[in-house]
Amino acid sequence: MTFPILSVIIFSPIVAALIILMMPAERKTEIRVMALMTAVFALLLSLWVYLTYDQSLAGYQFIEKYDWMPAFGISLHLGVDGISTPLVLLTGVVMFTGVIISWGIEDRPREFFAFLFLLASGVFGVFVALDLFMLFFFYEIAVFPMYLLIAIWGWVKTREYAAMKLTLYLFIGSVVALLGALAMYFQSGMGTFDMLMLETANFSPEFQKIWFLPVFLGFAVLGGIWPFHNWSPDGHVAAPTAVSMFHAGVLMKLGAFAALRVGIMLLPEGAKFWAPLILMLALVNVVYGAFIAMIQTDLKYMIGFSSVSHMGLVMLGFATLTEQGMTGAGVQMFSHGVMTALFFAATGMVYDRAHTRKIPELGGMIKPLPWVGFAFIIGGLVSMGMPGFSGFVAEFPIFMGVWQVKPWVAILAVISIVITAAYIMLAIRRTFFGEMPKEFEGHITPIKAIDKVALVLLSGLMIGLGIFPGIMVPMVQSGIQNVLRILGGA
Amino acid sequence: MDFLYNHLLSIILFFPAVAAILVVFLPNGEDKLARWVAFIASLVPFALTLVLWANFDATNAGTFQFEETYVWYSTINSNFHIGVDGISLSMVLLTTLLTPLAILASFNIKEKVKAYMMLFLFLEMGMLGVFLSMDLLIFFVFWEIGLVPMYFLINQWGSENRNYASLKFMIYTVGGSLGLLLAIQLLGVLFGTYDIAAITEGWTALNSGMVMGMPVATVKIVAFWAFVVAFAIKVPVWPFHTWLPDAHTEAPVAGSMILAGVLLKLGAYGFIRLVLPLYPAESAQFAGWLAFLAVMAIVFGAFGAYGQWDFKRLVAYSSVNHMGFVLLGIAAAAKAPGTASAHIAMNGAILQMFNHGISAAAMFFLVGVIYERTHTRDLKKYGGLFPLIPVFGGILIFASMSSLGLPGLNGFVSEFLVVRGAWAEMAGFTAAGMIGLLFTGAYILKGIKNVLHGPLNEEWAHGDHKISDINLREVLVMLPLMALMLSLGIAPAWLLGVINNAVTALF
Repeated sequence: MTFPILSVIIFSPIVAALIILMMPAERKTEIRVMALMTAVFALLLSLWVYLTYDQSLAGYQFIEKYDWMPAFGISLHLGVDGISTPLVLLTGVVMFTGVIISWGIEDRPREFFAFLFLLASGVFGVFVALDLFMLFFFYEIAVFPMYLLIAIWGWVKTREYAAMKLTLYLFIGSVVALLGALAMYFQSGMGTFDMLMLETANFSPEFQKIWFLPVFLGFAVLGGIWPFHNWSPDGHVAAPTAVSMFHAGVLMKLGAFAALRVGIMLLPEGAKFWAPLILMLALVNVVYGAFIAMIQTDLKYMIGFSSVSHMGLVMLGFATLTEQGMTGAGVQMFSHGVMTALFFAATGMVYDRAHTRKIPELGGMIKPLPWVGFAFIIGGLVSMGMPGFSGFVAEFPIFMGVWQVKPWVAILAVISIVITAAYIMLAIRRTFFGEMPKEFEGHITPIKAIDKVALVLLSGLMIGLGIFPGIMVPMVQSGIQNVLRILGGA
Repeated sequence: MDFLYNHLLSIILFFPAVAAILVVFLPNGEDKLARWVAFIASLVPFALTLVLWANFDATNAGTFQFEETYVWYSTINSNFHIGVDGISLSMVLLTTLLTPLAILASFNIKEKVKAYMMLFLFLEMGMLGVFLSMDLLIFFVFWEIGLVPMYFLINQWGSENRNYASLKFMIYTVGGSLGLLLAIQLLGVLFGTYDIAAITEGWTALNSGMVMGMPVATVKIVAFWAFVVAFAIKVPVWPFHTWLPDAHTEAPVAGSMILAGVLLKLGAYGFIRLVLPLYPAESAQFAGWLAFLAVMAIVFGAFGAYGQWDFKRLVAYSSVNHMGFVLLGIAAAAKAPGTASAHIAMNGAILQMFNHGISAAAMFFLVGVIYERTHTRDLKKYGGLFPLIPVFGGILIFASMSSLGLPGLNGFVSEFLVVRGAWAEMAGFTAAGMIGLLFTGAYILKGIKNVLHGPLNEEWAHGDHKISDINLREVLVMLPLMALMLSLGIAPAWLLGVINNAVTALF
């Protein structure tokens, strides 16, 4: 029997969370070391999956299947394809860097790491689940700890409001999507939740047209699609650094990924019918998000709205239903995940020292925090879609896809690039350059060596992918080709 | 050696980037070391360019040589495809020559030396990449990459108003490239490749039918202007030039040298490499408009320069004036492709790019030299400095004469060729441009007069502000430039021959 690597990836964080919970609360250092070891383990495993995924074969690999509730046709069916493999790696990376960034948490680190790992388990689970029920199961597992993490460890001023808002939004979205899933279960008459089986169910076009929107939008809420994006910036801002990283870096991808996996892949006719609408909504995301980001004075709100804009590009790519557009969207999920994780890590490091995130109150941070400044600049360049960085590699095919569907949408969406350039450059200048306000003199302590590891890893991934798109794009493309086969065959 | 010859272009292109990374890892505080490492590292691409020049088959300058192709982005079928022909070779030479000089000119930079040198080397890579690309997407990649180091050079080492100037530079250029980006995407979607040769072939052959639900002719005209605007902003052509005086004035000395010396050429190169080959019909159709814009740039650039009392701004506006001649030559070549006039005008345009590169870099450097001593750029505050700084004065006059277009120096040759070529096609515009040439003389003389002649401003003669003459390092920066000005003025054949062979084959 082969090593069940995917289930180990999913369940090892939960096991680690249990072990951590059993450790004495005052042994903070041991708890942190345990957390770090778990994260390294998960990172290595996800890297292993990424490196050994056989692109020439494509399709689902590392498949595992165990009966769970055979009476209802539910099984623990796991597997990764070219789309989810990079996302598993992304989760491993964000988990690892998130733990590093949270090293300094003094308030109940034991519970914090336990919840964080529960969240990570859920996220891994969604990405590798091939069973619709399991996908929902892990989806809720991922959303629930978010509430606690924000409400307990979040920013005092808004955490209760933001946690409540976020959770309600996401639950409503997932309930709507769940309705669609149940409808599919009963309509298919196959008595199974297995998505690979449901793909072959041949739902009637009318059924697909009715249920596509609830399913897609229900998940897309978590992807931050306009007009349901409202929870996301508030959540970003209120969450502690590592949770923001998870939230923007990985959790929003859950929404987009599930919308693709369940919405587009199971209801392809519905996708074709509603794609123009999704395209419009995503266009609003892209342009409106950029404009709103421009007027923010709080760094975290700015990044939050820039996420709305960038996730719009993901949706835009999916809605083209073309090979290039969807491939770009898949890569954008990874690129944006790494980028926002880096942004939030850097912002967190500044905030921890300056105790403010207001852009006008900051300045001159590059001197005491050169690594953070460089990392932020690299993140900014990715965000602008500067060639040579991963953002360009991801966004360019998306635009090519849009050209094939609706040229004028591409022409409008491209406006966001110059807006993004403006606000990113202004934020970089005002935060990291210029005069440092007097009150910070001597308070800005250098970052720890371990923080540098996180910054370098995240920046390196974006530069590496930007210079050598071949290390990821063909893999995503192989996954997308499968989606296109479904779209074409239905 | 085989390896060297087979990968000569990628080595020239990426050596600066490797050196830039090396500079980052030098120990902190060792400013002198960082300067010398950067300077020596920038000499390597120059030496290799000389090797390239020596091995370049000048008789076939119209075909790409030293080509290299590697798969870059297979999903969208874009390859890392580079090569040089006679036109790009002259621009590569200009770039690799000016970069070491600019770095040498920056030896007086005291703050954040490592970061400065790193950005400069990255900038060199970005510029070289544009000149070498044979793939449209790679072209765009390098086109945009160059912005980032320039932004930070202006923003971090510039003078008082640098924040405004750097952001304006960034927004103008990024905004201007949006149309280019969209048009490139359109071409990529249409032809499924980004290879410039393949796209040119397909796009010029496509003359009827519908593209993206619109008639081909309409799409072509829109895409033509998208290309034109992106490149016109970079050149810069009136009325898109307003970012330039700000960026130049605020940039550090060496930044201005490279900005005027090479970055502006990227725009003109875009016209020559992409606009004319991709849109021959549209270029001919709108040649009159381009010529009109060029003449406006020549005339208003000259008037603008004459109106300045800030020495650096004066030189900045002179760039608008001189680059107008480049566009005039291009417009004339676009109007009547294949004719002798077109070839002469295009030769003039490309030679003018090279000439303006060296003379503008020299002028900006000299402004920097005197600014460093007086801490003012106000022409009213100088006066009668010739006796105090005779060597500087001589060099300034020499460089100014090159800029003015004095026969015997380089500027005359190229401007004459442009005018000679353009006259047959568009006599009216050319004649109007000559008025601009008249004012070129006026503003150059205004600069010289206010700095060197007239009553001596006593402030610089005695005491704390006593002015010192140009030093050895600064002379060393000027020497190669002056040698080129003179040699291209007397015997331009060594450069013009290569350019001409390419031009006659291509246009």
